[in-house]
Amino acid sequence: MSTITIEQRRQHRLTTIENSLAKRHRKENLFRRAGLAAVLIGMTLVAILFISILIRGVPAFWQATIFTDVYFDPEVIELEEKPQRGSDESQFAFEERYLEWMTQAGRVNWQLLIDSALEDALGVDVEPRDLRNLRALVTSNERYELRNRFIENPSLLGETVEVKLLASADVDVWLKGNIDRSLDAARLQLSAQAREWADRLYDEGVITNSFSTSLFLNTDSRSSPASAGLAGAFMGSLFMMVVVIALSVPIGVCSAIYLEEFAPQNRITDIIEININNLAAVPSIVFGLLGASIFIGYLGLPLSAPLVGGLVLTLMTLPTIIIATRASLRSIPPSIRQAALGIGASRVQTVFHHVLPLALPGILTGSILGVAQALGETAPLLLIGMNAFVSSVPGSPMEQSTALPVQIYLWQGNEMRNFFEARTSAAIIVLLGLMLSLNALAIWLRKKFETRW
Amino acid sequence: MSNIALIAILLVIMALAYHLGLTRSRAVAADHDVRMHSRPGYYGVLVALWCGVPALALFLLWSFLAPQLIDTLVTQQLPPELIASMSERELETLLRRVSALAEGRGVAGGGNDIELAAASHMARLQTFENASLVALMAVLAVAGLVYARRNISPQWRARNHVERVVTVVLAACSAVAIFTTIGIVLSMLGEALRFFSFINPIDFFFGTTWNPRFSSSGSGGQGEFGLLPLLWGTIMVSAIALLVAIPVGLMTAIYMAEYAPSWLRSIAKPAIEVLAGIPTIVYGFFALIVIGPFLSNVGDLVGINIRATSALTAGLVMGIMIIPFVSSLSDDIITQVPKSLRDGALGLGATKSETIRQVVLPAALPGIVGAFLLAASRAIGETMIVVLAAGNNPVLHGNPFEAVSTITVTIVNQLTGDMDFASPQSLVAFALGLTLFVITLCLNVIALVVVRKYRQQYE
Repeated sequence: MSTITIEQRRQHRLTTIENSLAKRHRKENLFRRAGLAAVLIGMTLVAILFISILIRGVPAFWQATIFTDVYFDPEVIELEEKPQRGSDESQFAFEERYLEWMTQAGRVNWQLLIDSALEDALGVDVEPRDLRNLRALVTSNERYELRNRFIENPSLLGETVEVKLLASADVDVWLKGNIDRSLDAARLQLSAQAREWADRLYDEGVITNSFSTSLFLNTDSRSSPASAGLAGAFMGSLFMMVVVIALSVPIGVCSAIYLEEFAPQNRITDIIEININNLAAVPSIVFGLLGASIFIGYLGLPLSAPLVGGLVLTLMTLPTIIIATRASLRSIPPSIRQAALGIGASRVQTVFHHVLPLALPGILTGSILGVAQALGETAPLLLIGMNAFVSSVPGSPMEQSTALPVQIYLWQGNEMRNFFEARTSAAIIVLLGLMLSLNALAIWLRKKFETRW
Repeated sequence: MSNIALIAILLVIMALAYHLGLTRSRAVAADHDVRMHSRPGYYGVLVALWCGVPALALFLLWSFLAPQLIDTLVTQQLPPELIASMSERELETLLRRVSALAEGRGVAGGGNDIELAAASHMARLQTFENASLVALMAVLAVAGLVYARRNISPQWRARNHVERVVTVVLAACSAVAIFTTIGIVLSMLGEALRFFSFINPIDFFFGTTWNPRFSSSGSGGQGEFGLLPLLWGTIMVSAIALLVAIPVGLMTAIYMAEYAPSWLRSIAKPAIEVLAGIPTIVYGFFALIVIGPFLSNVGDLVGINIRATSALTAGLVMGIMIIPFVSSLSDDIITQVPKSLRDGALGLGATKSETIRQVVLPAALPGIVGAFLLAASRAIGETMIVVLAAGNNPVLHGNPFEAVSTITVTIVNQLTGDMDFASPQSLVAFALGLTLFVITLCLNVIALVVVRKYRQQYE
């Protein structure tokens, strides 16, 4: 009888376990699926981010452009010959004469050339009071482009040349359908006449969507949004990165070598370590405040200069580079050091002849990641005046400039939303392209040189 | 002579000195037929250092002191009654005009007689100063070179000297980080104290109204600088971000560390790293053009009034931004839990999820908490997303669907545009920055201590 009870109890226990096991396995599955779901949620969100920016930004790389013949009409361009320096003329006298000529060239009404070219293309004779509609088709910077073209090559006088004129931002928006065509006339940016002309020229193939070189070759422009480009911002970022690479990589690597290989184990070293870990987590905007107060307020360096931006970003990336370099040095096995010391090398020789070359790939990877991080940083730059409107390409790190991420910030705030939304996305694509290639380079380097000791 | 040319020439001379040291040490070794203490290169470097370093030090000191000295000398030359009639600021303007004239650049108005006389005086002084700098540097460089070259002997421990210099340079580099921290603390403390001379600290830290007015509206318009609305906005946005990032990030980390096959891991790990590198301005723009309008539409469907730029929008996108941060930190920490703990639990018959929930996570808890704190500190200090997507509305309210403002947004708003370091409207940015720095510092220190304790536990 007792055996039956034991048997029953065992049976009972088994069913309990089996029942609970089913439940536990369900829970197991649930947990596992939750994990997978988290990964998928994260990936989906990021995919949405990339796709939405690509969808908005990629079309902006192509821009409505008018290909038409322009006649350099001698009746409009009433200019003397372009001055050549005479043999008996001093440099100064020649420059004065040349400047005078340039001023005259600036006074020529280049817009008239564009007007008549468009009239020819449309096959209409536009009344003076309708000129406004005609001029709305081409972005306002193009007359200066014509002027520069002529100044470079005065033999164009009397010639007819095919030129590429950027259509205005309004036309671009209209033709790309970035504006609701059924809106009432008052809210459309172009007049009825200009809309009709734009459509006609587009159908006739005079206006085409061609690759927008102005996005890369021009600087920012307020009066002529269609020709606003990234050249100035790109140079500004480049100067800053040069400063960052020149300062933060050597200083960061040296300080990591000291802390990892030479520093005595004492209070001060501890403080430096804690301090560096801390700096790595200080919000970037605090570095902007430091720059505004010390570099600009105290040292009197110029506002908006890439040099100041570079210095601020240097301080910001220093901890990243130090931490990466230290990790890289730490991964070199002690046997290497012991072997070098054992055959009589000094500590400095051990580090510089043996440890450092082996750690170099890791250091390089860390530095590239640090520089990429600096390239995308915006907030501290806003505080040192790099959000100023600058319409020239900086020629040195001391000149006013903006930077790629700051240009994105400026463009997203532009009132002409339906044009600049695409332009901003295109700028983001450029920035992300640069950063992702830097990151990919770093990962590739690490993969290539990865050593397992 | 321009400074760059001067430095370039010095570098050339140093290269020459290196070569001289090198050949000299070889010659000494050959002459006496002995072994030198160090290899020839070390003698070369040491001679170059003796040649270049004193001259360079003089150059730095000189370019720091000489302009001030010249200014003083020129000022003494000016008619005393003129100086007496001028304020300090006017005198500075005058000196700047004079130095522009001395350099041969024009100034507005062409400059009067006194200015022209002072300018020619200054130009003479500058020529003299420049010539004497060049001469002194040349003397120092040659003297250092000759001294060091003479000293070359088999007993001279050149390597030890060079290595000491190298160590000092390395140590100096690691001091840069310390100076950065000191710079941050001092600059912010200094400017914040100036701010508190305008505004009572109690009004700042406990004020519930933020209304700074414009600095141009006169000294009478003091405005109200209450921190609480901004602090509350910061906390609200960060809390929403953490509510998004912690569950998703942690579950991702668990899946990656415990379940994911190795091929998935090898793809996803670098991908997550790359995501962590996307600039925050990009997330901000994404919030502004995609998430904001989307949430607003959803709100319309459900019948809640959600603004396109709100605490929710900013928090959500910030959460997306810190998911990779949370997951990669937690991943590191979970993989550090020793395998023996897992094996023990599995051996007792626990399922994998039971092992994770009841053994691995409790063991990793301190580290994970540390990771959360670091994530929180990052969320609090994040700027561009909130600048673009939070709506900048510094009012104390509890509705996450409404626009808010944060500490970082306000720093940007108060310090862009005119850079007037004398008005409380600009200076408040430093008081806010100090507050931000202290908050994040506390979070970081706690997090770092916790993580470090955790590491030691399993090392």
